[in-house]
Amino acid sequence: MWTPAEIRTHLVDMGVTHVTGVPDSTFGPWFDELRTSSEIRLVPVCREGEAWGVAAGLHLGGAIPLVLIQCTGLFESGDALRNMLYDLGLPLYAIIGYRNYLNRAASSDSTLRFTEPILLAWGIDYVLIESPDQIGLLKDHHRNSRRDAVPGVALVAEGRG
Amino acid sequence: MPKARAQAPIHLVQALDVLSEVRENAVVVTSMGSAREWVRRFDPHPFDFVHVPSSMGQTPAIGLGIALAQPARRVITCVGDGSLLMNLGCLATIAAAKPENFVLIVFDNGAYEVTGGQPTPVAGGAPQFDFAMTARAAGFAEVESLDNLADWRNQASQLIHLPGPVCLVLRVQANPSAGPVDRLPPAGERARAFAAALQGDDAPRHPPDSSQSPEPGT
Repeated sequence: MWTPAEIRTHLVDMGVTHVTGVPDSTFGPWFDELRTSSEIRLVPVCREGEAWGVAAGLHLGGAIPLVLIQCTGLFESGDALRNMLYDLGLPLYAIIGYRNYLNRAASSDSTLRFTEPILLAWGIDYVLIESPDQIGLLKDHHRNSRRDAVPGVALVAEGRG
Repeated sequence: MPKARAQAPIHLVQALDVLSEVRENAVVVTSMGSAREWVRRFDPHPFDFVHVPSSMGQTPAIGLGIALAQPARRVITCVGDGSLLMNLGCLATIAAAKPENFVLIVFDNGAYEVTGGQPTPVAGGAPQFDFAMTARAAGFAEVESLDNLADWRNQASQLIHLPGPVCLVLRVQANPSAGPVDRLPPAGERARAFAAALQGDDAPRHPPDSSQSPEPGT
């Protein structure tokens, strides 16, 4: 997927002011890049549910947060996500790593079975990003999410391919 | 079976009365029991955020986000011990983020008050679970534990204005018969109004909110 420098540039282009989440093996180098960024504040959390709360507070305070977690963290996030998106009605946006998606033909990883049905169950509009050249799809989806003030997710394929 | 503490020197409502007197123009985020009493006792303030209905344990995360987005404002976040236990890692998250304008007030009554006063897993334990020591170990800049109203009354104004992150642990009496949070306007509507007040501008646009009252418990 994108290099750390590329994702930083893309997120700055998208107007993101804060990134909050937990790294996975794909996003780890992104976190390293963002930790030293002068344009974007990285707010690491201890577990993924917290990221939705932090993002909610950032949004209420006028920032433009982005949640960055793996799909396993989406599973962990359930009640926090429900509260922030549906009780408080906040249009938060997340990039979620789709573990082993690129290895799906040979993988028995159960995240492949549950990730998209769970996003559908939560009623979250999402796009699947399978390769770096789809950055325009991510940027358009994020822009539309902000314009329409609705939550959104970019599901980013992970694995060796 | 451990028992929730029967007695502690501070009533929650007294502690909140003091906070209301000293908060000046700070943001005050409340949840669970503190939200119930805050709403009952005080007129709404534009910088109040009543996190009801909540995701139990997430209120400090919301307070942290507000503090980071609004570094010029003091942000006071009230949480119960049961809620904090549900997301104890937030102490490390907050300490690592180092928000100088953030104050966490832990109302420690040893019980799940909203559900009828059942003891938390650590209530009555020996040695006593120490929230202040935990916050200190996590790296909070200032930590204070208070168990009587006179000390809280005398020190509150100074403590909430220390460079943060600050954690104040107040031992309070459980009041399991206090009932649920009173009927409130829809949470989304309140969130939009709060955001508008904080940002001094028109509220950010949000999707329509489904009305939900009376507010559900845990």
